[in-house]
Amino acid sequence: MYLIELKELVKSYGPVKALKGLSLTIPKGCLYGLLGPNGAGKSTTLRIICTLLSPDSGQVYFGGLDVLRFPGLTRKKLGYVAQEVSIDKILTGRELLRLQGDLYHLVPGKREKRIAELIERLDMGEWIDRRCGTFSGGMRRRLDLASGLLHQPELLILDEPTVGLDIESRSVIWALLRELQAQGTTILLSSHYLEEVEALANQMAIIDDGRVIAEGIPSDLKQQLGGDRVTLRVREFSDENESEKVRQLLEGLEGVREVLVNRAQGFCLNFVVDNENVLPRLRDELKSAQFNVFALAHSQPSLDDVYLQATGRTLMDAELEVAGIRDVKLETKRAMR
Amino acid sequence: MTSPITASQQSSDQLNRNSERIQEILAMTKRLFIQLFRRPSTLIAGILQPLIWLVLFGALFSNAPAGLLPGGMSYGRFLGAGLIVFTAFSGALNAGLPVMFDREFGFLNRLLVAPLVSRSSIVFASVIYITSISLVQSIAIMMMAFLLGYGWPGLIGMLLVLLTLLLLVFAVTALSLGMAFALPGHIELIAVIFVANLPLLFASTALAPISFMPGWLGWLAAINPLTFAIEPIRAAYAGPLNLNSVVLHAPYGEVTGIQCLLILTALSIALFVLIRPLLNRKLA
Repeated sequence: MYLIELKELVKSYGPVKALKGLSLTIPKGCLYGLLGPNGAGKSTTLRIICTLLSPDSGQVYFGGLDVLRFPGLTRKKLGYVAQEVSIDKILTGRELLRLQGDLYHLVPGKREKRIAELIERLDMGEWIDRRCGTFSGGMRRRLDLASGLLHQPELLILDEPTVGLDIESRSVIWALLRELQAQGTTILLSSHYLEEVEALANQMAIIDDGRVIAEGIPSDLKQQLGGDRVTLRVREFSDENESEKVRQLLEGLEGVREVLVNRAQGFCLNFVVDNENVLPRLRDELKSAQFNVFALAHSQPSLDDVYLQATGRTLMDAELEVAGIRDVKLETKRAMR
Repeated sequence: MTSPITASQQSSDQLNRNSERIQEILAMTKRLFIQLFRRPSTLIAGILQPLIWLVLFGALFSNAPAGLLPGGMSYGRFLGAGLIVFTAFSGALNAGLPVMFDREFGFLNRLLVAPLVSRSSIVFASVIYITSISLVQSIAIMMMAFLLGYGWPGLIGMLLVLLTLLLLVFAVTALSLGMAFALPGHIELIAVIFVANLPLLFASTALAPISFMPGWLGWLAAINPLTFAIEPIRAAYAGPLNLNSVVLHAPYGEVTGIQCLLILTALSIALFVLIRPLLNRKLA
């Protein structure tokens, strides 16, 4: 049974098309990961689900309810933890939680009980009565998460919840998300961290350029790729020209496919081999062509490989491409109501 | 036909919604007051500035010839009404700033994601907050003016002063909130506030009567909303209150106290009607 259904969502910000017909379904009770580089359309998707944005076209359903027609009913059922932590620096953590409770119309008794539970669960007792302006990034994120959970939502939406966090805060958040999912809360999480989605999600979609390019169970997506992943470095610091020559050589070898020059990692080469028996032959061919092997790593497929397979570039490459053309100030302005 | 049970449920739902609406408005208003008590500098500055004006301007013209001002009023008493209105006006003009900062820092999104009974609660909270602050500041100015010997309007007069200020504050708060949603950022909002504030003061009867002004400025002052707030308050300070008596001798005719209040009421309603589509769009 699906809790969320998105159908052919299109959304533009002026000339920039953020979503280009994005469709996906999120089963009830799962921890669903949205993976993709910055600017892929993850935040826009989440903002549409939580009624902060309206799509130019397309449909959104929450448990069969048309979100675009009944946004008020949807808001009661979801908790949203935005990418930019939006706290009032003058209030204390507890005051902020009380405000949140009142915005969700909790009766004072229940509100105080939930606040006490969350303070304990997220280990916020030592600092919750200090002003939010004095909090570290990890403390702010935990408080924001507590705000999103205060009214016990059916769906918790988290936009890049662990960006820039210390390891302790990250592990507290990961543990809580696993616990919530075990208790039946549906969680929708966006991230551009591969390891986060691999570690947490039991279903996922990869978003690129405003579309879903792969969707399913992470292990299935990796297995569907077939073959083993190899990363080859002929020298510690190769140049593009040399890597291109190696690529041409590798493409002629039997049992080797999908050879790519990875610019983001110093022009190393990523490719797929049918099995590990191909590797000794590959070494011999490189030696005959007078190429050294500085490093050769061999692994099972990862989610980055799924992304690579679908887009022809690594997630890191995609990040670097976007980093050069993104205007964060403009995006912030667009996000303003 | 509606069954009695359904009607009773509807009534109970309505009661619940009203109670939830009050809960959300009070919560947002409380937040603004907590901010004020922990950062009282704007409140203090808002009281200090008109007090300084009252003392300095009052002293500047203290030796003006008797009978120069209408009704033989002292300049301090004349100025008091102007500064009370100016204080309320300045405070209300800044009403949009907290909303603008909430927009910029994403806090507004927290409010918009919540299942508010009505998103107009966000506006109501701002109006309640800024009205309370303006009234507190104005009462402080009135007390100071009294201590300086510039008079006291009496109980009925005080009620008129508060009513007049309420009308002005509603109108200007509507304008400021409209700008807070229409303008792209706080820099632009502060620029507009900066440009509007003092010129509107000088182009009103706050500092001098219309008879002192050149013709064009007299016309400007006579259509300036601040003037319609200042003159009834000045009349309340001048003596026994009669709303039907003429309080403003404008180039286009004479205006009574009640007419001033009606103009301010119309202005408040017009501005709220004017910004409503913008608020509906931004808070949809």
